[in-house]
Amino acid sequence: MNIIVCMKQVPDLQQIRIKERKPVLEGVPLIFGDMDKNALEEAVRIKEKMGTGKITVLALGLAKLKDTVKEALAIGADEAVLLTDPAFAGSDSMATARALARAVQKIGGYDLILCGEGSTDNYSGQVGPRLAEILDLPQITYVRELEVADGKVKAVRNMEESFEVVEADLPAVVTVAAEINTPRLASLKQILQAARKPVQTWTPADLGLTGDEVGVKGTAVEVLSNLAPEMARKQIIFKGELDEVIGNLVDALTKEGVLGR
Amino acid sequence: MAEILVFCEKDDVAFELVSKGKEFKSALGMSLAAALLGQGAGGKADEYFAYGADKVYVSEDAALTSFTAEAYAEALYQIAQKGGAEVLLLGSTKRGKELAPRVAQKLGAGCITDANGVRVEDGQLVADRYAFGGNTVATGAIKTPQKVIAVMPKTFELGTKEAKKGEVIDAALSLKAPRTRIVERRAKVGEAVNLEEAEAIVCIGRGLEKKEDLRIVEELARVLGAEVGCTKSLSTDWGWLSEDRLVGLSGKKVSPRLCVSVGISGQIQYTVGIRGARITVAINKDENAPIFALSDYGIVGNLYEVLPRLTEKLKSL
Repeated sequence: MNIIVCMKQVPDLQQIRIKERKPVLEGVPLIFGDMDKNALEEAVRIKEKMGTGKITVLALGLAKLKDTVKEALAIGADEAVLLTDPAFAGSDSMATARALARAVQKIGGYDLILCGEGSTDNYSGQVGPRLAEILDLPQITYVRELEVADGKVKAVRNMEESFEVVEADLPAVVTVAAEINTPRLASLKQILQAARKPVQTWTPADLGLTGDEVGVKGTAVEVLSNLAPEMARKQIIFKGELDEVIGNLVDALTKEGVLGR
Repeated sequence: MAEILVFCEKDDVAFELVSKGKEFKSALGMSLAAALLGQGAGGKADEYFAYGADKVYVSEDAALTSFTAEAYAEALYQIAQKGGAEVLLLGSTKRGKELAPRVAQKLGAGCITDANGVRVEDGQLVADRYAFGGNTVATGAIKTPQKVIAVMPKTFELGTKEAKKGEVIDAALSLKAPRTRIVERRAKVGEAVNLEEAEAIVCIGRGLEKKEDLRIVEELARVLGAEVGCTKSLSTDWGWLSEDRLVGLSGKKVSPRLCVSVGISGQIQYTVGIRGARITVAINKDENAPIFALSDYGIVGNLYEVLPRLTEKLKSL
């Protein structure tokens, strides 16, 4: 069972500040997306259950990805393929999916491709389905329970009105929801051992892609602006002694006419 | 004439898209079509015309009996090619959101999902969506000849129905059986609660340390005459509360008079759900939590101290 886990490097959203309506990304650590970690955890569990297999982490991002990926290798990935060439910078969902698909084909011999159902930063949910389409594979999204056996994948999907149980032959693209598992943390020993695991870095040329097909040039969506929304809320924070603060809040809510039925 | 093609597996959302599509159609000089897919789809044509569709493509192909992104994407692709659709307006429901990128990829098209605002600017469609976990709103324009935009339900108002006829076209699709097979559907069980109708809501997030502590949240809700809502962690992830109480991107979009967010940091996955609230209050121990910027009133403090005292104060009124 060879599993490729696609992971996205995202800024730690808890640490983003807004200045003059613009997000300040300087000094914000880059981490893997939450649901990408769920995808990796699920891959490790499948491998543990089957007692055999190989997990490849595939990620596109900035040079610092070499550090970020150590955590994934420590948790249980066997190898990593990184697309960190500056030419990939500024990729949107379409350009990312195009590059990842080529890398998946180059890795080859895969049974299962796992992604998070969306990234922590934009939650656009496009890369999984686009990968499935490019690779001509079935897609199973929003997965909360996953079972792999006999060349088949059986999954419980969390839909709006019901849980949907579906089945497909491998290979397939599966995107996982946060509730599928709780990602483990790496031990110190695992982190040290991870340094010896193979990490390859591929350029657009390694993937047979031209400069026009990757990064900003390969995007399909032009971002016209990306600003913090204008605040329409009053943003009054009561400070001081708790009883006083609570009194102030209750007074304010009474004046707003929102207390009582 | 180039076409705007609307599809959503939920007809009420599709009607919102058709209603708004009338505006885009005149601004862009296109015609407005809708795709009706699955068993019994043909019977809905008149309602789509009443909301403003000029024509509908109908397919009741066996491959479309149950929704699969694979078959539905192929169906929409074939319809878009046949009718010369330049713009696909889809619903950003869970199914719509897995469908949109797949059909976009077939068309070689750019796609924007979870759009919460779409308009025509300088003769082109632009769409807004949240970015950076809701810290920002990204406005984007799709550069490819064909464009796919998946729009959040309730973004557009439902128009009024008019007596109008349109053209019914047999989509005449050529589809393969989808490779994902639906084995079973399990109903979600939850207590009957309708957050969308609630006048006041107290929402609780990860600041709550254990399930037993829900009691102090429920007590505050009781004195406020409020329903209890929660974030994804407490419902979907941990199962402390049913998904009927989930507020946010994957749950309910609420519009109460008063919404009190307790122990919630204020990530977009949650805050998108409370935008419609008239007055918002936040109680959180981290004074830098983004929730305060989205609140009218706030108290920085430990919920285990603030909630009981607030409940007591309200009882004394």
